[in-house]
Amino acid sequence: MTNHAHLRKDSDVLLRVEDLVVEFKVPGNKVVNAVSSVSFDVKEGETLAVVGESGCGKTTLGKALLQIQKPKSGNVRFEGNELTSLSKNDLRSARTSIQMIFQDPISSLDPRMTVRQIVEEPLWIWSKGDENERLEKVKTLLNNVGLDPELVLDRKSYEFSGGQCQRISIARSLALEPKMLICDEPVSALDVSIQAQILNLLNDMKDRYGLTLIFISHDLSVVKAISTRIMVMYLGKVCEIGTTESIYAKPAHHYTAALISSVPVPDPTHKVERTPITGEPPSPVDPPSGCRFRTRCPAATELCATEEPMLREVSDGQFVACHYPRA
Amino acid sequence: MSSILKLENLKVRFSTHRGQLEAVRGVDLDIQVGTSIGIVGESGSGKTVMSRAAMGLLTGSNVTREGRVTFDGKVLSEMSREDVRNEFGTGMAMIFQDPMTALNPVRRIGSQLQESLRVRLGMSRKEARARSIELLTLVRIPEPKHMLRKFPSQLSGGMRQRIMIAIAISCNPKLLFADEPTTALDVTVQAQILELLTDLRKRLNMTMVLVTHDLGVVAGNTDYVAVMYAGEIVEQAPTTELFANMKMPYTEALFKSIPNIQMKAGSRLPVIEGRLPDPTDRPPGCGFAARCSYAQDKCFTEHPELEVAKDGHLYRCWFPLGDSVPRKVS
Repeated sequence: MTNHAHLRKDSDVLLRVEDLVVEFKVPGNKVVNAVSSVSFDVKEGETLAVVGESGCGKTTLGKALLQIQKPKSGNVRFEGNELTSLSKNDLRSARTSIQMIFQDPISSLDPRMTVRQIVEEPLWIWSKGDENERLEKVKTLLNNVGLDPELVLDRKSYEFSGGQCQRISIARSLALEPKMLICDEPVSALDVSIQAQILNLLNDMKDRYGLTLIFISHDLSVVKAISTRIMVMYLGKVCEIGTTESIYAKPAHHYTAALISSVPVPDPTHKVERTPITGEPPSPVDPPSGCRFRTRCPAATELCATEEPMLREVSDGQFVACHYPRA
Repeated sequence: MSSILKLENLKVRFSTHRGQLEAVRGVDLDIQVGTSIGIVGESGSGKTVMSRAAMGLLTGSNVTREGRVTFDGKVLSEMSREDVRNEFGTGMAMIFQDPMTALNPVRRIGSQLQESLRVRLGMSRKEARARSIELLTLVRIPEPKHMLRKFPSQLSGGMRQRIMIAIAISCNPKLLFADEPTTALDVTVQAQILELLTDLRKRLNMTMVLVTHDLGVVAGNTDYVAVMYAGEIVEQAPTTELFANMKMPYTEALFKSIPNIQMKAGSRLPVIEGRLPDPTDRPPGCGFAARCSYAQDKCFTEHPELEVAKDGHLYRCWFPLGDSVPRKVS
């Protein structure tokens, strides 16, 4: 059965993922269903936020797009290339136009390299320009991410704070002028005050370099500032996908509503209308039958256990996989 | 109401190769029995060091602690380490930030839970086992009997944090320090853990100190808030008063930089430019002056003292917000 109602036919679709499946083998002849038949597309210039709890498969999804983690089946089409069937060499060159930044800014930089070496490395690997041109490029990149090249070029990553390291990571990821940037929880290790700086920086870079972003996060409040579309995942499946406005204004999936109501509001007079979900996600080794969210869902019935809900449109451009969507 | 924990002019210094690092610079804090206070600040503001120093957990040879710490009528700062240790568990307890590393990975949950019950309360094996099942039920862990046999690596972050809470409350402490108890957790689990802590606090009549960098977490779960910056308390007030009437530009800036779920989608977030001042070389004036959009000449040269406004609202600022004094915006 296909689950493609939400895929768009437009010509400016940059990335199209169909029925992507990623599984891991674990001891005892068992299989972790990390990503189970996920389809989505991203248009040029969009920012798609992928949201869900730990273990929902959002990081694995990000890695599978880049083929860092080989998917078991499914298609990933980027700019007309089918990434899953590219040869090793073709894949390497295709990856120059999709870059990734990681959650932990400090451990994702080599502590023995200077900032100059870190940012220059991609240019050096691909023999872009001569030494002077590369240095100029590194300086421009550092300037653009808000670091003073004169002060940082010859220092090493351990001399910097988390926020500054994330800026260096961003500069490195932009060195090859990619079309798409996959950001895996880029601000969750940072302080709130620094978070805002990095989010604004990503938005600026998006405009300056004409980027398309995939922004992976567990925090719906962070996502609101940066995304144009949101895809909510639960246990390896897509629950809901739609524009940022529609998801926040009218979450149709009970899980989305629960995620939104769990965000702490910095106002002591705010009365919490909490959608009651309790407990934690079940194990992806043995996911529930039918709708995977049914074990924690306040609206679940018999039907949810027997039949898996397909994504269907509830309002313009908003799709939900639920038998009983919220009105 | 009586005071349970009183800090008077608490100072903590670390000797480092770059010189003396003053992490906490004279904190006065008086926590009343049965209340819940939030300590808020960025990384490096001294909030964790302050709470550990209050409990006497900082014991390295490079640490100097000054000032007076009174807990439940006893002057901890003058007691021997052994005597202070005797207060742990029954007097005060702490929940640490990282539930992944705070538990011993090679001991079963049951034995870690029962340790303090046997040592502190002198329970027999059987009593301790029965009590630990009670505790696991209290922190809402399903099938508590099975849990006793498990190792921490078999549990999720949320479950481990529940275990940490169960251990912390096992000997009915009067005061519970929770140091960023939900920072490492998902939002849905965070909401559950905060609810649990608030519920337990009321049920067991505990006083709670909630240390966090998130003003959102503080808003719904505390009676008082103290905002820390560069090793000092810069603003302190009852929670509703603080949020309604911020006096310190830093608090306001911190508040504004929170990505708020109620804001317009795609809007630009206000940021606090710059960073905390170098703790080995503090500026003479207000520590926030260099990052403050209202700073004036005086702010860079003279250190502001903690002022008292009405309703016990304390602030450390020469030109507080909401004041009638005209301010130029630099």
